[in-house]
Amino acid sequence: MAAIADVSQAGQAAPGPARPGSRRRSFPAWRWLILLAAGAYFLIPLYAAFRFAGFAAFGQIFSQVGFSDALILSVKLAVVTTLITLALMLPTTIYVHLRLPRLRPLLESITILPIVIPPVVLILGVLQVSPAQLKASPYLLGLEYVILAMPFAYRSLDAGLRALDLRTLVDASNSLGARWITTLWRVIMPNLRSGLLSATVLTVALVLGEFTMASLDQYQTFPVWIVAFDQTSGPVSVAASLFALLVTWVFLLAIAAIGGRAGRGGASQVTLFTVTRQDRGDSR
Amino acid sequence: MTQATAPAGAPAPVTEPAARPGRRGLAAVLRGARDLAGLVPFTAYVVLGLLLPMVAIGIGAFQNPDTGGFTLGNIRAATHGIYLHSFAISIELSVVSAIVPGILGLLIAYAIFTARRGAVLRRMVITASGVFANFGGVPLAFLFIATIGTTGIATGWLKDLGFDPYSHGFTLYDLTGVMIVYLYFQIPLMVLVILPALEGLRPAWREAAENMGARTWQYWRYVGGPVLLPAFLGCLMLLFGSAFSAYATAEALTSGTIPLTSIEIGSFLNGNVLAGQENVGKAIGLGMVLIIAVLMVLYVFLQRRAARWLR
Repeated sequence: MAAIADVSQAGQAAPGPARPGSRRRSFPAWRWLILLAAGAYFLIPLYAAFRFAGFAAFGQIFSQVGFSDALILSVKLAVVTTLITLALMLPTTIYVHLRLPRLRPLLESITILPIVIPPVVLILGVLQVSPAQLKASPYLLGLEYVILAMPFAYRSLDAGLRALDLRTLVDASNSLGARWITTLWRVIMPNLRSGLLSATVLTVALVLGEFTMASLDQYQTFPVWIVAFDQTSGPVSVAASLFALLVTWVFLLAIAAIGGRAGRGGASQVTLFTVTRQDRGDSR
Repeated sequence: MTQATAPAGAPAPVTEPAARPGRRGLAAVLRGARDLAGLVPFTAYVVLGLLLPMVAIGIGAFQNPDTGGFTLGNIRAATHGIYLHSFAISIELSVVSAIVPGILGLLIAYAIFTARRGAVLRRMVITASGVFANFGGVPLAFLFIATIGTTGIATGWLKDLGFDPYSHGFTLYDLTGVMIVYLYFQIPLMVLVILPALEGLRPAWREAAENMGARTWQYWRYVGGPVLLPAFLGCLMLLFGSAFSAYATAEALTSGTIPLTSIEIGSFLNGNVLAGQENVGKAIGLGMVLIIAVLMVLYVFLQRRAARWLR
């Protein structure tokens, strides 16, 4: 049906020479219907949550028992995770690009594993093997979040590095007498800003929203607190959920905006669950 | 896995000047070893943080928790009774949560794909999909509790219209509810992963088909459909995996009352274990990993098929 409409329209509305590539397809009613239905399904729960919570609940979140402890723990974990992730993945990715480009596919498949392995299984194994001192510390979670963040961090950095002429930059810097740390800090990192930023944002978003491992490791991070607090006050839990979502969204929209500005070099396609899209892009 | 993803990056080495002529002397081997040294921190981290725990699961699944000896008892327990049932329920949930959002996501992706490139609507849908696809876990559960929970806002609207879903057998807090909630992140995920495949359908094919007098249904039956099918099935595998390993949303929504494998493993960790069954959780975990591994093999195979035409 769409094609018939297309053909007849194209016949009438294109008196000039047919421009190749400009497919002026009509936008029939069924498509609007689908998009409207989808819009309703996605927006009604948001609206309902705002109504359910009420404005008062938003004000109350911050004064609830355990809120600040949980949020502080989550923020600490986010900072630790991000620092370790960058300290580990940035040199590794640069190194592979410069010295071992043939290992890139291997690294790509290793770093996809944490997405494939269910977190509930991973934490079961982690609690089995980790030494007692580590198990007694919430930072065990931070160490494991580094693993969970690898797929996003690696892909963001890899995409950023591929957009650079890394070899030339490094050679130029070396020939001017810079040591490697200077090259890393003053040449590579400034050029890699958007990749670094998206790796950071995705890692932070992941840590702030992670529930499975934290709850099973018995630490009250922010999402764990939201669930525990539901026993006390439903509306406050809903308000806290919305608060968490809004923070995450602002982060994600920020990468989308930065990625859009940076053009092809930006890693805007990497979102928490869509690294596969990036993979497909690689093969081109 | 390794060999599986290789084709994605395979073209890269060809363009590298690194294709040194054959013969590798001792010096070259030594240099190779020195080059690999730079990967030691990363490798060590992955071995300790990922490989070791998974190996522990693999070993623990075959270990008697009391004597430490070899046993198939854990596997037997994991594949019988309530645990077998939980595998069945998890798979059922994941199949439904792959197919339904798969089809809906395809429709939405198609609806925006036919809009002009760079159109505002299209960019909006893609950005929104990126945001909503990341939307899982606890906040999502609460969003739906506020909407169609027993005291939810939409439940109230329906009651005002004279229809109380909760007196007609509906409840958000069981399997149906979990399926409805999963749609919320599965549909956008599908939009994001299927869109590149749709974009791979070249307009020239459609024009060629139309020039030869093909109707729309004929184009989809003989050209577009077959080209798109492997990519579509591959995306379904991905959605299946995403639903299968999800834990947080179901746990927060049902407080762990529905028998899903992920929730069963969680309850092992929360200490609800019978004596002598401590390692059954590991056997269940091993089962989950095996199922996911099969899916990934299928996924890679389908991606390769898809790449034959869509690039």
